[in-house]
Amino acid sequence: MAQIFPAGSNAVVRAVIVGGPLALCALVGSLYAIEWSPWATRQYAPISQPVPFSHKHHVGQLGIDCRYCHQGVEKSAYAGIPPTETCMTCHSQLYTDQAMLAPVRQSLAENRPIAWNKVHDLPDFVYFNHSIHVNKGMGCTSCHGRENQMQLVWQDQTLYMSWCLQCHRHPENFIADKSQAVNPQRVAAVDDPAKGATHEERITYARQLVKDYHILSSGVLTDCSTCHR
Amino acid sequence: MSDHSAGTPCHCGASGPCQPPRLDLAALRARLASESGPQYWRSLEAAAETPEFQQWLHREYPAGASEWADGPNRREFLKIMAASIGLAGLAACTRQPQEKMLPYVKQPEDLVQGIQMQYATAMTLGGYATGLLVESHEGRPTKIEGNPDHPMSLGAASVFHQASVLELYDPDRTHTVLRAGETSSWEEFLADLVPALHEQIAKGGAGLRLLTENITSPTLLAQIGELLKKFPQAKWHQYEPWGQEAASQDGPGVPHYDFSKAKVIVALDSDFLSTHPASLAYARQFARGRAAGEGMSRLYVAEPTPTITGSMADHRLACGAGDLAQLATWFGFVVDNRERTPRQETAAWVTAVFADLSANKGAGLVLAGEGQPPLVHRIARRINEECGNVGSTVTYHAPTAASPDLSASSLAALADAMHAGQVELLVQIGGNPAYNAPADLDFAGAMGKVKRHIHHGLFYNETAQRCQWHLPLAHYLESWGDALAFDGTPSIIQPLIEPLYEGRTAYQLLDALIFEQTARSAYDIVRRHWEGAQEGMEAEKTWRKMVHNGFAPPAPVPGGDVSTAVNAMGAPVGSGQAAETGEYEIVFKPDPAVWDGRFSNNGWLQELPKPITKLTWDNAALVSPELAHRMGLNNEDVVELTFKGRSVHAPVWIMPGQAENSVTLHLGYGRTAAGRVGNGQGVNAYALRTSDAMGFGSGLQIKKVEGVTWRLAASQDHHTLAGRDVYRAGTLEEYRKDPAFAPDGSKGEDPARDETLYPPDHTYPGYAWGMSIDLNTCIGCNACVVACQSENNIPIVGKGEVINGREMHWIRVDGYFRGDMDNPEMYHQPVPCMHCENAPCEVVCPVAATVHSPEGLNEQVYNRCIGTRYCSNNCPYKVRRFNFFQWPDNTTLTFKMQRNPDVSVRSRGIMEKCTYCVQRINEAKITSQKEDRKVFDGEIKTACQQTCPTEAIVFGDINDPNSRVSRLKKQPRNYGMLAELNTRPRTTYLARVTNPNPEAAS
Repeated sequence: MAQIFPAGSNAVVRAVIVGGPLALCALVGSLYAIEWSPWATRQYAPISQPVPFSHKHHVGQLGIDCRYCHQGVEKSAYAGIPPTETCMTCHSQLYTDQAMLAPVRQSLAENRPIAWNKVHDLPDFVYFNHSIHVNKGMGCTSCHGRENQMQLVWQDQTLYMSWCLQCHRHPENFIADKSQAVNPQRVAAVDDPAKGATHEERITYARQLVKDYHILSSGVLTDCSTCHR
Repeated sequence: MSDHSAGTPCHCGASGPCQPPRLDLAALRARLASESGPQYWRSLEAAAETPEFQQWLHREYPAGASEWADGPNRREFLKIMAASIGLAGLAACTRQPQEKMLPYVKQPEDLVQGIQMQYATAMTLGGYATGLLVESHEGRPTKIEGNPDHPMSLGAASVFHQASVLELYDPDRTHTVLRAGETSSWEEFLADLVPALHEQIAKGGAGLRLLTENITSPTLLAQIGELLKKFPQAKWHQYEPWGQEAASQDGPGVPHYDFSKAKVIVALDSDFLSTHPASLAYARQFARGRAAGEGMSRLYVAEPTPTITGSMADHRLACGAGDLAQLATWFGFVVDNRERTPRQETAAWVTAVFADLSANKGAGLVLAGEGQPPLVHRIARRINEECGNVGSTVTYHAPTAASPDLSASSLAALADAMHAGQVELLVQIGGNPAYNAPADLDFAGAMGKVKRHIHHGLFYNETAQRCQWHLPLAHYLESWGDALAFDGTPSIIQPLIEPLYEGRTAYQLLDALIFEQTARSAYDIVRRHWEGAQEGMEAEKTWRKMVHNGFAPPAPVPGGDVSTAVNAMGAPVGSGQAAETGEYEIVFKPDPAVWDGRFSNNGWLQELPKPITKLTWDNAALVSPELAHRMGLNNEDVVELTFKGRSVHAPVWIMPGQAENSVTLHLGYGRTAAGRVGNGQGVNAYALRTSDAMGFGSGLQIKKVEGVTWRLAASQDHHTLAGRDVYRAGTLEEYRKDPAFAPDGSKGEDPARDETLYPPDHTYPGYAWGMSIDLNTCIGCNACVVACQSENNIPIVGKGEVINGREMHWIRVDGYFRGDMDNPEMYHQPVPCMHCENAPCEVVCPVAATVHSPEGLNEQVYNRCIGTRYCSNNCPYKVRRFNFFQWPDNTTLTFKMQRNPDVSVRSRGIMEKCTYCVQRINEAKITSQKEDRKVFDGEIKTACQQTCPTEAIVFGDINDPNSRVSRLKKQPRNYGMLAELNTRPRTTYLARVTNPNPEAAS
């Protein structure tokens, strides 16, 4: 009786035995890589805006305080996007004929808001509150990065839940003095050479901050209803 | 009337045509009387243990309710499933679109994005104002709560007030001016109005009539006064389908009550806990007087149909509305010490009640209901005077409402003039007489003889459709205005939002009638009126304070105390008012959910299980078990009700506690032009109501319509706890003997924490949230249900889905009956999630979507939920709700505006339930954390607690031994529902204590 399978079949079977798992690993690996790539997380890509507002210029060069525009950041869940009038406090006097600012002037004249593109877009089932973070030793830079170096703003962190949880589990790794909250140069206490020469010293300092600020236990902070409701 | 059973699915589980199980009322009566019968029962079906009830008991949902019954067939189903699985995979790959952010151009002062604001305003119902606080998110009013400083609210709000926010956003409201149904404009309307007004000026306004609802607004009254000055021959008529006029006919003055001083309260067909304009304040006073122990008040109620007031009674008499006049007369005889021998049981009742009243001179209170004739009110007053209550628990005041005439007769005069062709220009502000006028007036017919009829209202309703002009009215949340509360407190109506459509206020319309133009805004008109004598800064200060507080300090009560003794009893009543033997009586009452029909298009109210009957989406002819037995009637049978030559077909609902020969039909249903929600629901009771029988009338004929049934959506047996011992009540006597009568130690109700298969690993080092519900003060008014619905974005599901047991309310009010079905005791038990410490739901969830928080909350994580419903199956309290379909309307813009932005809008296929208002907990925790302190006791109020008129619900931290909730839980009356299961519920109950008169047979 003739062989059902030709001689070459063995090679195919060997290739499948070895290659199958490898291919599977490659698939999982590439999916994982995609998931964490900036393409999926939307990190580092400057988002175009109707007015090319430069945080680098206003914050980095002019030194305007974050809270001048984002007024709600210490009081409310939302930091707040400034009304056109806030822009016009200066720009009714400065660069009044710049073409770049035409949409701002038009907005005021027509009483029509400027439609900014959202950069940090959390899912709608997440209830993030700015005020509690900046009042408890977290700072703007913890999540937004170095806005004072960004012309157009991009998303600095993944905003994944695992990223949130890093801090909700170990706030000591990210905390700094409350006074630093809106400092665009802020560094976490654990990375701040002024807080100690060794990592040990700095983390002890950070742990003391967590205690002093009465930050809730990680059990409460990682509870689902802290952010979802 | 068409056959309403057609098209409604049958869920009795049997194949073939559905035969509703027949109740054997005689057997049931025997069963309830016997020792082995159930003590507490939720419905007649439950007490009789009918097959239908067994099904509710043994299945989570009725047979077939879990299947997709009315969709495509199997083949199509498979096709759709295959497609959706494919698309679901693809959907995960979609990138979210770029979202836009739109800030203000000029941000309003004081506004911080993301922080809700509260503004004081007021809503009128039947003309009387109730002060409210409205929550606003970036200019969108989302939730209505009572104004704690307003004397007629005290922080509470009724179902109507709370649901009015949905009315604001109702897409069925009129958007534009309509001329004979065609789109028009205010300019065109004015152009048409001015010549007509000139015509009237020439004849002094002889052909001009103004028709309004009951009005207390000082500004509006001043404007009407001005209008009548300009048109001396014109007439102003008022009509309110359910009003207070009987009380004001009772000699000089309207009675105001003070329940805080009352020890013995006798309500003669008076539902003072729900239908009175001051019911929120009265409920608070009443509840405070019901604290178990010394000085607890006693309530006697005689009424034809069970109401929430009747359910709170220590002694209730089911008594025909017509018989009440007779009963009152017997009271009169007893007062005058005249001996008579009336019907045995009522005579004993009267004697006992009067003895109790006499023993509590100055602390008694007799009140008569709105539906009762002036005679009964006069007798109530006579007894109050005799017992020294006048000046103490009851005072008489000039009417708050400026009533030029009495409602029904005023409307009758207008209808006569219309029939006679004397009315050329009829301006109508609010109201819907074509639907709700007494049937004998033929108002709709009379409208045909009016040359120009202008209707100014929220909806293009039955009346508006017959008018030449229909003008959109601004909702009260869109308008400036003023009104008086029942106690005379001037209240300011402040807008929360610009009119969504082209609505304008009544003030502007009257301005147009007087000045022939609408130049002034409602703000200018109202502001100008209140400026009065004051000028400049002082006026500005007074006005600003009024607007901020929502009301002005109460002016001296109009007319002062006008008590004068009424010595004459009036003519003694013969048998004229009383029902003759064998004759039936019809009783009309405003509906507890849609009132007189003005809220028919409000889904929250339509789906609200009415207190006592637990019907939704319908009214029904309520008949007594005895009458049903005699006539062979069953629930959902259809009867023909004929009264004074007019008939309607109505479904039957057997109501334990209904007076034997009285049939109650609630007003407000059978609308034809209410809107998409309200059209075609229920039966129009106005079709039977005549001007001489506004409250009730005898001479009703009942005929069963054979072979037709009318499916009713009653939620009474849904989420049944299968007759387990969950409601505890005792008498004051029992309470004195053993204050801890309620917790039943013999059943092992206090098992050790670890007596469970699932060893508890939860600790609560910080806060531990808990709730206490006082069954002694809960009046079953449903305010908590609507508060929860409004706060937590809970959808409505429609009548068919309620029949399937899929209603979504996170808190339900279970009703229980006890004893004899002809006049049972009635009890209410609000049931939210118990937030068990050993929660049965948590251990069965395969995806950890329901988890335990370190503060003891039993959390539902919507994003994890895959909809297995195991948790609901394992919940002994049946408090979990599953979203079978995409019920929240995510496309209609106005509904999106109503949603609370602090709570997720759940989509289909997930489980949801009470969260203890976790958004409010988080908000308070964040505020306290920022201030480096703990949350104060009372800082967090759940939505249900916040609105409760009787303060029956208390929420707080049970780790704090001094918190109010901890102290309540230490009371001996405290017990946990099904505590023997060792679920360790965080929500516990305080047992009800009744205060029956030891001298009187109950």
